[in-house]
Amino acid sequence: MTSIGLAQIAIVLLAVIVAAIPLGNYIATVLAGERNLLSPVLSPIERVFYRLAGVDPAREQNWLAYTMAMLAFSVVGFASLYALQRLQAYLPLNPQGFSGVPADLAFNTSMSFVTNTNWQNYGGESTMSHLTQMLGLTVHNFVSAATGLAMAFALVRGFSRAESPTIGNFWVDLTRSTLYVLLPLSIIVALALVALGVPQTLQGSIEATTLEGAKQMLAIGPVASQEAIKELGTNGGGFFNANSAHPFESPNALSNMLEIWALLVIPFATAFAFGHAVFDYRQGRAIAITMMIVLVAGVSVAYWAEAGGNPLLTEIGVDPSPGNMEGKEVRFGPAMSALFAASTTGTSCGAVNAMHDSFMPLGGLVPLFNMLMGSIAPGGVGAGLYGFLVLAIIAVFIAGLMVGRTPEYLGKKIETREMKLAMLAVLIYPLSVLAFTGVSVMLQTGLASLNNAGPHGLSEILYAFASATDNNGSAFAGLTGNTPWYNTTLGVAMLLGRFAFVIPVLAIAGAFAAKKKGAASVGTFPTHGPLFIGLLLGVIVVLYLLQYFPALALGPIVEHFALLAGKTF
Amino acid sequence: MLSQIRPAIVMIVLFTALTGIVYPLAITGVAQLALPTQANGSVIERDGTVVGSALIGQNFASDRYFHGRPSATTGPDPAEPSKSIDAPYNASNSMGSNLGPTSKKLVDRVNATIEAEFAAGRVDVVAADAATTSASGLDPHISPQFALAQAGAVAKARNLSESQVRAVVEANLEGRVLGVIGEPRVNVLLLNLALDRLH
Repeated sequence: MTSIGLAQIAIVLLAVIVAAIPLGNYIATVLAGERNLLSPVLSPIERVFYRLAGVDPAREQNWLAYTMAMLAFSVVGFASLYALQRLQAYLPLNPQGFSGVPADLAFNTSMSFVTNTNWQNYGGESTMSHLTQMLGLTVHNFVSAATGLAMAFALVRGFSRAESPTIGNFWVDLTRSTLYVLLPLSIIVALALVALGVPQTLQGSIEATTLEGAKQMLAIGPVASQEAIKELGTNGGGFFNANSAHPFESPNALSNMLEIWALLVIPFATAFAFGHAVFDYRQGRAIAITMMIVLVAGVSVAYWAEAGGNPLLTEIGVDPSPGNMEGKEVRFGPAMSALFAASTTGTSCGAVNAMHDSFMPLGGLVPLFNMLMGSIAPGGVGAGLYGFLVLAIIAVFIAGLMVGRTPEYLGKKIETREMKLAMLAVLIYPLSVLAFTGVSVMLQTGLASLNNAGPHGLSEILYAFASATDNNGSAFAGLTGNTPWYNTTLGVAMLLGRFAFVIPVLAIAGAFAAKKKGAASVGTFPTHGPLFIGLLLGVIVVLYLLQYFPALALGPIVEHFALLAGKTF
Repeated sequence: MLSQIRPAIVMIVLFTALTGIVYPLAITGVAQLALPTQANGSVIERDGTVVGSALIGQNFASDRYFHGRPSATTGPDPAEPSKSIDAPYNASNSMGSNLGPTSKKLVDRVNATIEAEFAAGRVDVVAADAATTSASGLDPHISPQFALAQAGAVAKARNLSESQVRAVVEANLEGRVLGVIGEPRVNVLLLNLALDRLH
């Protein structure tokens, strides 16, 4: 670890926080339906959307209607994306003449983009036409993130309102999140990326004759526009197979920092927006601080692990001082690779600028554990906040048990129904991750996809299901995921991770919105100070370490000790 | 749920139009007008031929050129297109090796690279980037350490003095922005082009 590396990390995180505070206030006004500085331009477009869709923006929905609207939108999105991939050979804007995407891969990819996962079992530049990339993948990058933001705000309204039968209107939240938050930021970031060197063209590829006379086909396309929303929407689906490690996706250190900033800024801003929406800034700040502590802890471990180099290679003469460079780009180095890895899995982004599969055992443990925790530091767009609020409910409940008082969070009594729903949500993750991993390691077809033997092989499978369930999308990419078994099971894991989690969350939102809001008294447990932050961290550690320690012990942890003993597989 | 089908379909269509067509085309239009070089892939031409992109690494095997990092990219086997074979710096199929830290294949591959570089007299110390594959397989850069280590061998192949070649390397070193952002590096294609201009 060098002081320059640490300074690079600090610069990015500082830039995120500086921007997230005002952006959070802005997001709160957008989702409260208030006018803001972009209203003169955007509200006419917004009204057209509502009129054509037959939506009355003033009419709110109860939690069930809200959920149904969200599900209907997801089903239609899934079907249209599936059709687009299957039919791309017959559609325009296919300069490389790709054929239709096979059924199992199209299923996996549609599920992946509708759930904001962006797990990619395909190489973008060798599978998807420009039309599919633009009309299918880019669109879902926007709307799946907007759906996440909508659901987070439905839950926030559960806390900010009292005795309300409704939690907002899904169509309004979806439209406003896209138009006012994601689109303007994407335009700015996309143009900044082009200025830094990211291509933006409708050409398919460039033919070059190298200095040694060989032919080199450079795949290219409308990269910057997809890159911007890929990060801002915490989607992570790259235009190219190598994702943000590809020099056309991120040509230099500045574009790399901008991308990390873009993938962190909305999730942190959402925490501040939460404080704004419940009229207590300190509540949002406590959540943002907790998120930052978890993120910084992860970055520190990953950077430390990667900066030391691989002792097995040091032994045969490789200079360890630049760190573990297998699967890393020279222009990023270990510090920015570690920060990207922790950020992309701390959010549900899943973009990568280095190959996590080639990280050191403990370096790779960080992104894996970040996802097993449900990507909550700071989490995906919207998904991070609602995931975190579920943990806050559990933390407050445990605090209530310890002192023997009815637990309350923001004046709302937490009762049996809400606790059952919260536990239902958090138990979906281990169920999906551990069950699918367990079955895969017992099947020949599951093991045939491995790229690495020994404990690292188990890590590859565990990582895949953690990533899918968590709707992250990053991978230990050595695993060949494009097989009927993994296409299907990973698709189902994504479905569970998104909808089986969020339906209980929306039910909690409905239940809280209907409750009275109690006034704070001297006996109320404060949820904005260091005590609460400590409790929240404790709950996170206990909950997730207990669930996953055995699996992690058999994967990255045992690999670490094998490495120290000089063993290879 | 049925009452939500109409808004769902209309919203998908409208968002497709806005974020799938208007947004990327508008960005393309602005980018092509304002920043055509970057928007079209930072292509480098020499004597009217496209020789590559300043951003994308290419394969160098000759002694006369500085070599880039080992690359893990593959391409379809010409004999049997359903199979893939090693094809370093295939810019239509970016990928890393994805070999884990305890992989025997990794250790053997690194060992073979080191032996080959030593045997060819190309290096005296093994820089980390010289022995490892990059994440994209298209890394355009190498570390200054790896570049300088190759200077002697390249000078010999070109009948130049080592100090002449080292001077070209020094001139192509890229440092950190404001002394902090980024890593010290050398762009191999730009370096080799500069070298060709010496003659």
